[in-house]
Amino acid sequence: MKHKVMGVINLIHETDELERLTQGRCLATVPFGARYRLIDFVLSSMVNSGISKVAVFAHTKYRSLMDHLGSGKHWDLQHRQSGLFVLPPATDDIQEISRGDLYHFYQQRDYFNRSTLDYVVITRSHMVCNIDFEKVIQFHLEQEADITVVCKKQEDLLTGKARKVMMDEDGRITAIQDHYGRMSSDVSSMEMYVMRKDLLMELVETSLAQGQDHLVRHAIFSRIDKLRVFGYMYEGYLGVVNTITSYYRNSMNLLQPDVWKELFYQPGPIYTKVKDEPPARYLGGSKVTNSLIANGCRVEGTVVNSILFRGVHVQKGAIVKNSIIMQNGVVGEDSFIQHSILDKDVRVEADRDIRGADSAPFLAGKRKII
Amino acid sequence: MGRKEMIAMLLAGGEGKRLGVLTRDLAKPAVYFGGKYRIIDFTLSNCAHSGIDTVGVLTQYQPLELNRYLGIGSPWGLDRRDGGMTILPPYVKQKGGVWYKGTANAIYQNMAFIDRYNPEYVLIISGDHIYKMDYELMLEHHKRSGADVTIAGIEVDWKEASRFGVMHIDDEDRITAFEEKPKNPTSNIASMGVYIFTWSQLQKYLIYDEANRSSNHDFGKDLIPAMMKDGKNLYCYSFKGYWKDVGTIESLWEANMDLLADEPPLELSDESWRIYSVSPNQPAQHVGASAVISSSLITEGCLLEGEINRSVLFYGVKAEKDSFISESVVMPNVRIGEGARIYRAIIGEGAVIQAGVTIGSPDDDTITVVAVDQYVTNDHLLQEVEHS
Repeated sequence: MKHKVMGVINLIHETDELERLTQGRCLATVPFGARYRLIDFVLSSMVNSGISKVAVFAHTKYRSLMDHLGSGKHWDLQHRQSGLFVLPPATDDIQEISRGDLYHFYQQRDYFNRSTLDYVVITRSHMVCNIDFEKVIQFHLEQEADITVVCKKQEDLLTGKARKVMMDEDGRITAIQDHYGRMSSDVSSMEMYVMRKDLLMELVETSLAQGQDHLVRHAIFSRIDKLRVFGYMYEGYLGVVNTITSYYRNSMNLLQPDVWKELFYQPGPIYTKVKDEPPARYLGGSKVTNSLIANGCRVEGTVVNSILFRGVHVQKGAIVKNSIIMQNGVVGEDSFIQHSILDKDVRVEADRDIRGADSAPFLAGKRKII
Repeated sequence: MGRKEMIAMLLAGGEGKRLGVLTRDLAKPAVYFGGKYRIIDFTLSNCAHSGIDTVGVLTQYQPLELNRYLGIGSPWGLDRRDGGMTILPPYVKQKGGVWYKGTANAIYQNMAFIDRYNPEYVLIISGDHIYKMDYELMLEHHKRSGADVTIAGIEVDWKEASRFGVMHIDDEDRITAFEEKPKNPTSNIASMGVYIFTWSQLQKYLIYDEANRSSNHDFGKDLIPAMMKDGKNLYCYSFKGYWKDVGTIESLWEANMDLLADEPPLELSDESWRIYSVSPNQPAQHVGASAVISSSLITEGCLLEGEINRSVLFYGVKAEKDSFISESVVMPNVRIGEGARIYRAIIGEGAVIQAGVTIGSPDDDTITVVAVDQYVTNDHLLQEVEHS
């Protein structure tokens, strides 16, 4: 990237209503799209935009995060001078751990101050999209903005929860409200903020001095009149994934070839941890329609409108419909599964009948045996 | 630098002439195989699983794509500080440079590389074969028998034996006779082209062989017979398992079809022996509403609307509505237009098969090959498609 930009993926207090899916992992590492984790989308976007230094502010349940990200080499973030930095809370005090993101940014202020990069792009992990941040920076400079917020005009967020944004004709943001607010606007904040690093550090210090420790709610909301805050309209596919229904419905959207082509390829590819699974095997008698199948799967039964993650085995006579089966799941012979989400390593024995509803899919936790 | 017990020298300079258009711009080890691999992935993964962390890859013919693919060896765990993968192309020395004249000469020219690690044993392998083999077990056999060289051998069909170097062995696996590509083979134990040499012996014979002007500088033709003649200890390590030389269009096609059996002779999903390869970073395959798929092996990034039966599809293949693919190998990023029909074919990377085109025939046993990046229309079919 021409401009000197660092990425910050902020996992502190992300809205998370994914129930059992986040029981043992953070939102960022929830499996999504047959082979990815939620964080892969924003991380790949940053890398494809030429950002080569990314800090992930881990907060809680981050074992799976460390495991997934490793050294960052799968995202080409293993460099001598830059690369990937996972920063867990720098305190062991429970009270302090639960404080807001500004507090944690402050704890890691050395990380920011030592860097020679001028701009920061701060994002969350649950906005599933494929975005070119270079364009956002360009917009930021053209508008001479203090802060640019990436926004999306979308009437139905499929129950995903996002802040609402109000803008004037010039694109200047006049109000931001939490998702439960009563403001009527079909523009949502994608929780992606671009600003100079100096401004971020200034916001961190002044807000904390006033006893405020949340970036958006405190530092930005309260200065919306004083700062030039602009909205950049993102045009690509967006899935706000922080509730079970939004997880399910955004997953099912991937079955539309147009969404698949756009989200996974435009403007750049999405990277993830490489697993070296062999190609998927379809045996004689398998019937698969309108589905996403990852490598390492072995399909002997019927799969309709479903998503199979890597290494899933659908045995003879089994029928999987409108469902999501995560890594290494096994569906036993002659079992029937509909409207269900099975977490990793779930084993469905033979002759089982599992039915959820479209509006409330059945959810099985990791390693469950049914 | 620590001394290594055994290092591997991987011969990857093969031109693969008999693969025709598939190796026009590509060394044979870089040819695609099995839905997501290249041929060389198998030997490199064998090294990784056999605890070999130092591999010299000898390249010569069309190395560009192969070098790019191998990189610094990360996918095979060979990006090491001490050892790892080193690409060894022929190079210019003080007295001028020469191509590798034969397999033995290729090793001879890189003796300085081997000496750097001062190994006790050297494993010589080639990047042309499909098999899963634990070289550590072979090394144990080598040490136990006190051999100067151990040659991996496999029983082949008598009909095929004349294509290989064949060995006669006694009850203790000692090689009593060795013939390179005999017209009338008297044994069906074929050399797999996998050798473990005690380095001091190999060194000696490489120098002898280099000085011999009438030599072809080839392991099978010259070096092994010379050791045989001198009464050295040559042993055979009998390998039981799947092994295939995919040097021809027919064998490449057959080896791909072998993977489609319900119980394939070569299991790719064996978790303890994963075949590593460079990830193409593609999303999960999208099987469309009109797709019908059976008995096939299909990789990420495919977008399928057609009917696919007994075929191997690499990443990024697009098969449109009403297309039909049967008993074929379709390499990466091929586009198959609406209503196109493909029987018994190998379609090279990036080829485009226009709507309505038919390739091959359901009643014909020959295998049709479409070259890399070929654009096939009904009008150009005869010129553009090469029959093997």
